[in-house]
Parts: sequence; structure tokens; C-alpha cells
Amino acid sequence: MTRNDIRKTTLPAVATSVVAALMMARSAGASTLDETINTVFANSTGWFVSLIFSNFPGTSFPWIVAWLVVAATVFTIYFGFIQFRAFPHSIALVRGDYSDPNDAGEVSHFQALATALSGTVGLGNIAGVAVAVSVGGPGATFWMILAGLLGMASKFTECTLGVKYRNEYADGTVSGGPMYYMTKGFAERGLKGGKILAVLFAIFCILGSLGGGNMFQSNQAHAQLANVFGDYPGWITGLVFAGVVFAVIIGGLKSIARVTEKVVPFMGILYCGTALVIILMNYDMIGTAFGQIFRGAFTWDGAVGGAIGALIQGFRRAAFSNEAGVGSAAIAHSAVRTKEPITEGFVSLLEPFIDTVVICTMTALVIIITGQLVTDPNTGMFILNEAGTQVKTLDGSSGVALTSAAFSSAFGWFRYVLAIAVIMFAFSTMISWSYYGLKAWTFLFGEGQTKEIIFKVIFCIFTWIGAAASLGPVIDFSDAAIFAMAVVNIIALYLLMPVVKREMNSYLSRLKSGEIRKFA
Amino acid sequence: MTEKIVVGYDGSDSAKRALGFAAERAKAINATLVVAHVLEWSPYSFLTPTEVEERHKRRTEELQRAEQALLAPAVAALDTGGLTVQTVLKYGHIAETLCKIATDNDAAQLVIGRQGHSNMASRLFGSVAGTLAQVAPCPVTIVP
Repeated sequence: MTRNDIRKTTLPAVATSVVAALMMARSAGASTLDETINTVFANSTGWFVSLIFSNFPGTSFPWIVAWLVVAATVFTIYFGFIQFRAFPHSIALVRGDYSDPNDAGEVSHFQALATALSGTVGLGNIAGVAVAVSVGGPGATFWMILAGLLGMASKFTECTLGVKYRNEYADGTVSGGPMYYMTKGFAERGLKGGKILAVLFAIFCILGSLGGGNMFQSNQAHAQLANVFGDYPGWITGLVFAGVVFAVIIGGLKSIARVTEKVVPFMGILYCGTALVIILMNYDMIGTAFGQIFRGAFTWDGAVGGAIGALIQGFRRAAFSNEAGVGSAAIAHSAVRTKEPITEGFVSLLEPFIDTVVICTMTALVIIITGQLVTDPNTGMFILNEAGTQVKTLDGSSGVALTSAAFSSAFGWFRYVLAIAVIMFAFSTMISWSYYGLKAWTFLFGEGQTKEIIFKVIFCIFTWIGAAASLGPVIDFSDAAIFAMAVVNIIALYLLMPVVKREMNSYLSRLKSGEIRKFA
Repeated sequence: MTEKIVVGYDGSDSAKRALGFAAERAKAINATLVVAHVLEWSPYSFLTPTEVEERHKRRTEELQRAEQALLAPAVAALDTGGLTVQTVLKYGHIAETLCKIATDNDAAQLVIGRQGHSNMASRLFGSVAGTLAQVAPCPVTIVP
């Protein structure tokens, strides 16, 4: 099937189904609409969700997590531990040591990294980590860090390819991402099936952007607001969020985007800074905390599932948080102007490091060090809650509430900062995913103002729905879609990794010979 | 090699006066006049994904606009009278970049205008003129 055929057949189909969904929304009451959508979704997509998140037989280890971790390990070995070898060079690139001053005014490596990071830093770093350590015990932290370090190699691979095979248009704009390396990269190497992979990837990316990158975010932001201000209808939050997203992505309102992009890094720094202060305040506990982390990683310490449970939780959290191998970062990084695609790969490998190895670890350490997880004073083993689903916590909380409790035990006011941080992170994640979804959309249907606005309007509608309803199956499906992106993307990465190796060797030898030099 | 006088020009009234003054000085000592315009830019500001994508296009447009709407008319309006005039257009931190332009051109003098009023922002963060007076690599003339 050619691209034109896809455009003709699918655009009306999508439009019809959206209209149908809207008609249903008008005719049915709000609560029954939830139920209807839930039932329809659960029935039609349940098999897909269970396929993506199914466990290896006899374990509670989802194969998709293994798929991501194995890929990260393969890339780490294939590129000779590039994430450690190139780490200092990556920092130098971000600092601008290798940027030509005459290119000032173009997007810098720092800006590309910051933009991509604002799409991944979010609820996973705050709520997800709390889930990991409360279920898997402190040992989960160890495996999370390991998975984060390995994931750096996946990001390196996908972002290099994203830049190398992007489309550049006459007006100076660019479009890139897995769709483009699947089609152009496969064609260049004489491989078949690139088009099919690209179309699949684009479909999953659109679904993932509407769900995990949008509905889930506005849903959780509302939960956080309701937590602070007391319960109120979700559609109010939804309407405000949808309005603001509309203003930014359709109205082109730069001021809101600008404020967000300034507040998000500030929140990130404030979050890590506060975590560091809390850790230093409890410096006498640091040894104990690391003891718990290492003991829990390899031995039975009373947490759910022992060392294996810790491994599963840690790997899962890292994979869900830094999106290494999913392909989203390849879209974000591909717009950067650089003569050497590999430099963008070097810069992007810092992302899982900052997201997982630094921020996620901070959250975990604060929870552990402030003693939120209850141990048996006699044996030192963890005590499980009554249901046996997680380690008992001081006030019985889990998720965001556990992180909030851990930070508030040191600084009571931090719960408000955390609430604002969650909302800002959710918002910036939505803006990033609206872009990823749009790129997949234009890949399928072609570029054009009307087509782009159709997607953006659909995106805003889903922002509103996400906050207004508790659509479990819909959100499960969109999470599954994000990981389905990884299934398709990693197949392409395996097939195209020799291209990256060639680029890497060429660049590193020129760096060594002094052909590539720092600008004074 | 003739001496060079660099003048920072942003189209404001004081910048126009600075340009006029610098042109007179350049004629008097038979120097080359370098008209410099700096577009404020930080490589550490934050951009949305869409802004990242459009950056190259915007940059090209911004450079074109600055050249056509700012530098070209300024040079054209100048009573050159045998004076050699060059223009420089750069992105960056305004004071730092003007210093760099002065250094690169081995300038004998740097001429800039100043904003007549002193607002809160420049009190807090310092004005371009104030910064240049302190860090410039050559004598600086501030034209009111």
C-alpha cells in the first residue's frame, strides 16, 4: 500500500469514528458514557492489552519489560559501553564546547536535551518510583539504576537514527523519528518491511499520545488537584487543561509555553535539591539506606517477591519512566540542526541518566531514608500490608501520596510544591506528546494545516475526557500502545544498528585525530 | 590596516545618535565603521518541540528581517562621504557578543547608545551600556 492510499482510506475512517464518539457523548449521560466506552474498549482491545503486558509463564515478569532491557543490554555491548565512554564528551557537547559560535541562534544541544527531557520527566519519577519501592522494597532502586544505565544505549541508538534519516523541507523545517528511519533507513540497506513497521509505529504513536501522553496525564493532574483542594468534578480540570493546551498548540500562544518551559526545569531542580537536602539531613541513615538497597537487590528482605520482585519492579519503573527504546525521543531530537547525527545520540544518552539514575533515585532514597517503609524491629525484615500487596508504609499510603508523605515528613509545605510540580510535569508531557502524535499523524496523512488542526482538536478533546472520566480500559489500552511502539521500534533498531556503529566509529576517530575540535 | 570603530545599533533613537556620532569619529580619523546588531539569544533558554522544529526557519527569517529592516536602511541613511562601512549581524548575549565583535575586528573604539530611562530591570540585571563600560576590550563611548 502506498502512502497516498493510506491517506485516502484512513483519514475519513478516523474522522467518522471521532464524530461517532462525539455523538455518543451528546446522547448519553456522562456516567453511562463512561460505562459504554469502558465496555466497548475492554471488549475490543482487551486482547491487545493482555498481549503487551502479559507475563512470562509462571512469573509476574512482563515480557515487554524484558524486551526493553534485553535490547538495552544488546546495544550497550554492541557499542562497547558507549554510555560510559562518551559520557564526558556528551557533557562537553551540551555545554556547547563543540558548537560553532556562528551557528548561534540555532537550537543548541542543551535546548534539544531540555525539550526531550520535559516530555519524559513526570509522574513516573514521582508516583512510579514510590510504587516500585513500596512493592519491590528498596532493592528495586538498584535494578532501576541498572536499567537506567543500560537504557542510555537505546536512546543513543534511536536518536542518532532519528537525526540521520529525518526529512528536511525547503522552508527549513524538519520531520523525523522512527517512521522516517524505518522507511528511509530500510530502503537504504535494502531491507523489506520498513513501510509496514513505520505505519504500525505511527498508529501506536497516535494512540499512545492520546492516551498515556494525554488522558493519563490530565487524569492524574486532576487527582492531584482533588487531593489538595478536596473533591470536585473532573470535567472542570479537564476543561481548563484542554483550554490551555488548545491555546498553546493551536492558538500558538507562546507565553504559556514559555512559562511552562521555565517552570518545569525549575521544579525539577527544586525537587532534586529538596531531595538532596532531606538525604543530607538524615546523613546518619545513608549507610543503612544503601545497605537496604543492596541487600534487597540480591536477597530476601521481606518485600513482595524478594530479590526477583525487586528486579521486576526496578526494571519496570526504569522502562516506563525514561522511554528508552520507545522511539518518542527520536522524534524530539530529530529537529536539531547538526552536521553529525551521532552528536545528538551522545546528547540524548544523558536523558535516561538524568531521568532515571538521578531523579528516580532521589525519590527512592527520600522514601527509604525517611523510613516510610516499616520494618520488623527484631529481624530487620520488611512487614507487608494486610493485603500482602506491598510493604507496609507509615501512614498506609502508596503512589504519589507516599512520595508526598516522605517529603512532607521533612518539610510540611512540600506537599503543595509537589502538587504544582505534578501538574506542571503533566502539562509539559502533554505538550511533548501532542507533538509526537502530530508527527505520526502527518506521516500517515500528509502535512497540511487542516490535517494538523484536526489532530490538535482531537488531542484537546481527549485532554478533557481524560480528566473528566475514569476510563481504566482506555488508559490501559493507550499505555499498551506506548509499549507497542517499543516492539516495532526496537526491531528497527536491531536492523539499523550497524549504521549507527559506522557513524560512531567515524566520529570517534575524527575526534581522536583532532579533526573535530573544540571551538575556543 | 585602517582602524575600526564598532557601533552597536538596534534601531532605537539613542542608537541612531550613536551611529551618527561614530560615523563622524570614523571620518575624522579615517577609520572603517562597523555597524553591529546583536539578536538576543541564549543557548540555555527552553523551547517547545514545535519551536525546536521551526527554529532554523525562524532564524533565517530573523536574520533577513534584521538585515533588511534595520541594518540596510541605517547604512543607506548614513552620509558616508567616502567612509567604508561594514555590517555585522550576530546572535547571543548582547554585551558579550558586542565585546567579541570588538575583539574580532581589533576595534579602536566601541560606540553605543543608552536607554534614557533607568528601569527596574536594568537596575537589577545591569544595562548593556553599564556592562560594556566595565568589560569591553577597548575604549567605549556611550552616547546619550
